[in-house]
Amino acid sequence: MNKPDNKPFDPAIKSALTALLYQLADDDFILAYRGSEWLGLAPHIEEDVAFSSISQDTMGHAAMFYQLLEDLGEGNIDSLAHGREASERKNAVLLEMVNGPGHYLSTAQYDWAFAVVRNYFYVQAKKVRMDSLKNSSYQPLADVALKVNMELYYHLLHWKTWFVQLMQAGGEARPRMEAAIKKVLGDFEGVLTLGPLGNEIAEHGLIEAEERLKQRWLFMMEPVFESVNLSVSESVFAMKNGNGRKGEHTADLDAALSTLSEVYNVDPAASW
Amino acid sequence: MSGVISYQEWTEEQKYEQFIKRIEAGEKIEADDWMPEDYRLTLIKLISMHGISEIMGALPEKEWVPKAPSLKRKLGIMAKVQDEMGHGQLLLRVAEDLMKPLGKTREDIMQDLFSGRLKFHNVFHMEAPTWGDAGLIGWLVDGAAIITQTNMLNASYGPYARALKRICAEEVFHAQHGEAIIMALAEGTDEQRAMVQDAVNRWWEALLMFFGPGDATTTGTSKQDTTIKYKIRTKTNEELRQDFFTKYIPRVLSLGLTVPDETMQFDQQQNLWVYKQPDWNKFKDIIKNNGPKSKERLGLRQTAYDTNEWVRDALNTAN
Ligand SMILES: [Fe+2]
Ligand SMILES: [Fe+2]
Repeated sequence: MNKPDNKPFDPAIKSALTALLYQLADDDFILAYRGSEWLGLAPHIEEDVAFSSISQDTMGHAAMFYQLLEDLGEGNIDSLAHGREASERKNAVLLEMVNGPGHYLSTAQYDWAFAVVRNYFYVQAKKVRMDSLKNSSYQPLADVALKVNMELYYHLLHWKTWFVQLMQAGGEARPRMEAAIKKVLGDFEGVLTLGPLGNEIAEHGLIEAEERLKQRWLFMMEPVFESVNLSVSESVFAMKNGNGRKGEHTADLDAALSTLSEVYNVDPAASW
Repeated sequence: MSGVISYQEWTEEQKYEQFIKRIEAGEKIEADDWMPEDYRLTLIKLISMHGISEIMGALPEKEWVPKAPSLKRKLGIMAKVQDEMGHGQLLLRVAEDLMKPLGKTREDIMQDLFSGRLKFHNVFHMEAPTWGDAGLIGWLVDGAAIITQTNMLNASYGPYARALKRICAEEVFHAQHGEAIIMALAEGTDEQRAMVQDAVNRWWEALLMFFGPGDATTTGTSKQDTTIKYKIRTKTNEELRQDFFTKYIPRVLSLGLTVPDETMQFDQQQNLWVYKQPDWNKFKDIIKNNGPKSKERLGLRQTAYDTNEWVRDALNTAN
């Protein structure tokens, strides 16, 4: 499976592989978009600089995953990123949810607790995936995972620091954080699932099985939860707003797509 | 030792003379050095305005960060706007050190911004309604900023000079990023070309205003004399504006674009560009936060500041 150009793919492997790649690419793309809406609105200027650097890295990761899809003949990276309908998108619904009430240009009242929890939980899940992908049977993906992983160390540390700090702070912080945790876990199953082709994806050695990855996420998070006096049971993991891996999405995604592809759609054939 | 009095015993005049001698000799003044009060106040005003302009300057481009038309452009503009926030951060730290003896902090800078006491550059009060504007900001606004900031690279105040050195290096990339967007549009479809020309027309007057009035007779006050006296800058506003024309008019024309000023021409005898003055009353009004987007952008900042109050409280209790 190392050289997609030379060897024709077993169609079953190829559909499992592309299913996985769409999840990886769409997850990072939409979360980086949500991050870019935060620009200039973070709690302080230092955080604005750090958060926008993370969003930029994340957008870069999305571009690398879209590139792997382009290499497999799925279309060019810009049409993959900008030209697909919501129903074709495979990102987890959690990642498409708006940052909070208001518009990113005028009345934004974004929820920092939600930003911290969503990003922290997601980045840890992404880290677990990248660690597993380093041994992927598809070498080009293993190579990309290695590159992505180098930047994740810093992302994870960043969000973990915020998470612990806000969980341990007095005042309004704790209840706000707990509300955000409840909201995030209510759709976190949607992040952890490998979708309808999950079994095939694991069988072909593209990544380890969903359940193993999930247990590893819990294993990584439990000491942190304990340190801030939080108990999380996996029974609360759900997909309250749908399974994005099946193309189920919310109106939040439609609105996001029309914004992020507004200029692209002026003339998709033009060079920008 | 007799005959030598220690620095603590110097009179204010002696300290002032020594200070002038140092800057005349090209020495750098550092944060903890003695400095005349009007030097300190001029620097605080200049640097906090510069810093806050970098931060407010992220807002017109912010609109185009999520909307950039390709992954490459999305990454490019994300990097650019991140740099601008970084410049803001760097400069506010320089300003904070200068404000310390006055008992003021970053909180005061933010409150002064919201109340209108602290102004930000006229260009960041303007609308940026198309992707063409996103390109133009990088190309010509950052291009203009390079010209004014290069003029202060040898500023007598060391911390500012060093910050500017780093900033200018990044600004060069911003101008290249902007130019690349503009070139793609200028070489593109009719619709794309129209987008650039509209942006040039829309921004021209604001770009001329960016360098500030020629002298105090235009707007009543001008800080340029003080900043030149104290070797914070070398060239006058008008000299900088002329440098901008010399650098950019040929480039604008070579892309097949025009500038919206029929009187614009280079006068060989005077060795000067002749041009139509912008409306300086409008300029005064814009920087008083009466520009087309002033209220909306300040409102966005203020709302974010208020919404995040609980986070700042949490950080304070954690410390
Ligand atoms: Fe800048
Ligand atoms: Fe810049």
